[in-house]
Amino acid sequence: MTSAKRVAVLGVGMHPWGKWGRNFVEYGVAAAQAALADAGIAWTDVDYVAGADTIRNGYPGFIAGATFAQALGFQGTRVSSSYAACASGAQAIANARAQILAGLAEVALVVGADTTPKGFFTPVGGERRDDPDWLRFHLLGATNPTYFGLYARRRMDRFGSTSEDFAAVKVKNARHGAANPNARYRKEVTIEEVLASPMVADPLHLQEICATSDGGAALIITSVEFAKRHGLQPLVTIDAVSTMTPVYPNTVIEMPNFATDSSATVALPERGFRPSITAAIYEEAGIGPEDLSMAEVYDLSTALELDWYEDLGLCGEGEAEALLRSGATAVGGRIPVNPSGGLASFGEAIPAQAIAQVVESVLQLRGQATGRQVEGATVAITANQGLFGHGSSVLIRC
Amino acid sequence: MDGVQAVEGFFDPETQSLIGSKCQGCGTYAFPAKSGLCGNPRCMSDQFDLVPLSRRGTVWSYTSASYQPPPPYVAADPFVPFSIAAVELEAEGLVVLGQVVAGVANADLKVGMEMEVVTDVLYSDDEGNKLVWKFRPVEVAK
Repeated sequence: MTSAKRVAVLGVGMHPWGKWGRNFVEYGVAAAQAALADAGIAWTDVDYVAGADTIRNGYPGFIAGATFAQALGFQGTRVSSSYAACASGAQAIANARAQILAGLAEVALVVGADTTPKGFFTPVGGERRDDPDWLRFHLLGATNPTYFGLYARRRMDRFGSTSEDFAAVKVKNARHGAANPNARYRKEVTIEEVLASPMVADPLHLQEICATSDGGAALIITSVEFAKRHGLQPLVTIDAVSTMTPVYPNTVIEMPNFATDSSATVALPERGFRPSITAAIYEEAGIGPEDLSMAEVYDLSTALELDWYEDLGLCGEGEAEALLRSGATAVGGRIPVNPSGGLASFGEAIPAQAIAQVVESVLQLRGQATGRQVEGATVAITANQGLFGHGSSVLIRC
Repeated sequence: MDGVQAVEGFFDPETQSLIGSKCQGCGTYAFPAKSGLCGNPRCMSDQFDLVPLSRRGTVWSYTSASYQPPPPYVAADPFVPFSIAAVELEAEGLVVLGQVVAGVANADLKVGMEMEVVTDVLYSDDEGNKLVWKFRPVEVAK
C-alpha cells in the first residue's frame, strides 16, 4: 500500500485568512516563515520554490515563485510559478514533488497567497469577446454562484435534497472552523440563520456561498530521506497528486463555459470530471475511499460539498444528504469532511487554498488540530478543481 | 424584435435558434460553434459546418441571479433579478446556459421541463436594443 513516489511534508504554515487588504506577498512570506520554523530549517536550506500564482495582484502575482523567492532573499534556487485557478496550489505541489522525485531538488518551499477584491469574482479587465469567462458575464450575467446554484437545484430536483440539508453543511463547517485559529469566520451558526441570509443564487443563500478572502499557505516538502535524517516524527508524506484534465465529452456544465461538450456522437468517459480526479488518487496510492480518515473538499457552496461526498466515493449518488444527516462527516464521525471549517469558514484565497487543504491534513495527521482533531487520522485526501478544467487532489498519510 | 446581437455568432435572432457547429470528421456538436480543432481527442478535424441547434430542450437545472452581476454584465437600473436555466438539447447532446425570460420565476421551473429558445433584449443603450438568446417554458408560450 505504500507508494514509491512519496515525498515528506516537513513543515506547514499559514497566514490567517481574513480581509486584511495588505499586499499578498506579505501573507505568502509570513506563511513561508511559519512553514520554515515548523520544519526547523532555514530559508537557505531550500533548493526549490514553487509559487502558486494570483491574477488579481498585478505582475508580481503572475510570477509568484520568483516574487516570494525575492521577498525571502534570492539565493539561486530553481523556481516555478503556476496558475490553474483554484487548482494553482496543487500544481505547485505537483511541481515540487516531481522535482524532488526526479532528484533535482531535495527541499522545496510551496507557497501561495492572495489579496482579493470585495464581492463577486469578475473577469480580468478588457473587452474580450473570444473569452468564455468574459462572455458568460456579459451575455448571461452568470457569476460563479450561478453554477453553484445550478448544481444545488439539480440535487434538489433529482434527490429531494432540502434547503435545510444544504444549510446543515454550513452549520457543520462553521462548528469546525470556530476552533481553527487560521479561519476567517469563527462563529457557529444555526440552520435558521443560514436560511435567513439573503438569497444569492437560488436555492443558495449568502451564508452558503464561500466568500473571497486574503490569506497565505505554505509547505516545506522534502525527500523522504531528508525528512528521516531530519528526524521527522510522525513521517507525514504526500503519496499521490492528481492534476488531470476532464475527458471529452464533459457533460457537466462547468465554469466558465456556457455549454457542455456534446454527448451525441462520442461515448461518455468512464467517469465524470470530479470523480475522475479522485479516482486517479485512489489508483496511484493503491487505496479506496474506505481507507480515508478525513477529507478536505472544496465547498464553494454548501451543496457542492455534498456533490464531493459522492465524487469521492464516500457514498452513492443521491446519498450525500443521508451521510451528512448521520453525522459521519462531522468531526467525531466516521469520515469527517472539512475539519478545518472548509471554505465556509475561510472564504477562498485562490492560490493558497489547495495548499491550505494540505496544511490542515498534515496538522490532523500529526494530531495538532486542537479543538477539531480527527482522532487517529492516518489518511487524508484533498479535492478541488480549477476553472477551465484543472483537477486538484492530494493524498496525505502518515 | 428590433436590435442587434449583443455579441455576434451565437444565435440567429430571426429564426430564434442557437448556432452551433457539427464536426465534419466525427459529427460531434459544439456550442458556441467551434473553430480550431474538434474537441474530440480522437478526431483532430478542423472542418465544421455551422448548424442551427434544436429550438427545444429540457431543463437540466436552473438558478437565479438575485444579486446584480458585476460588469461586463450590463444591468438595468434598478436591477431586476432573473432566472438562469441550463437546458439539455437532446439531439445535440448539449447542455446550454441562458437567461430565462422575464416573468418566469424559479418556482415556475423544474428539472425536465420543456423549454424553447427565444430572442430577447439583453440590454438597451443609446444605440438601441442588444439582443441575446433566452429560454422560455413551452407551457407558458402556449
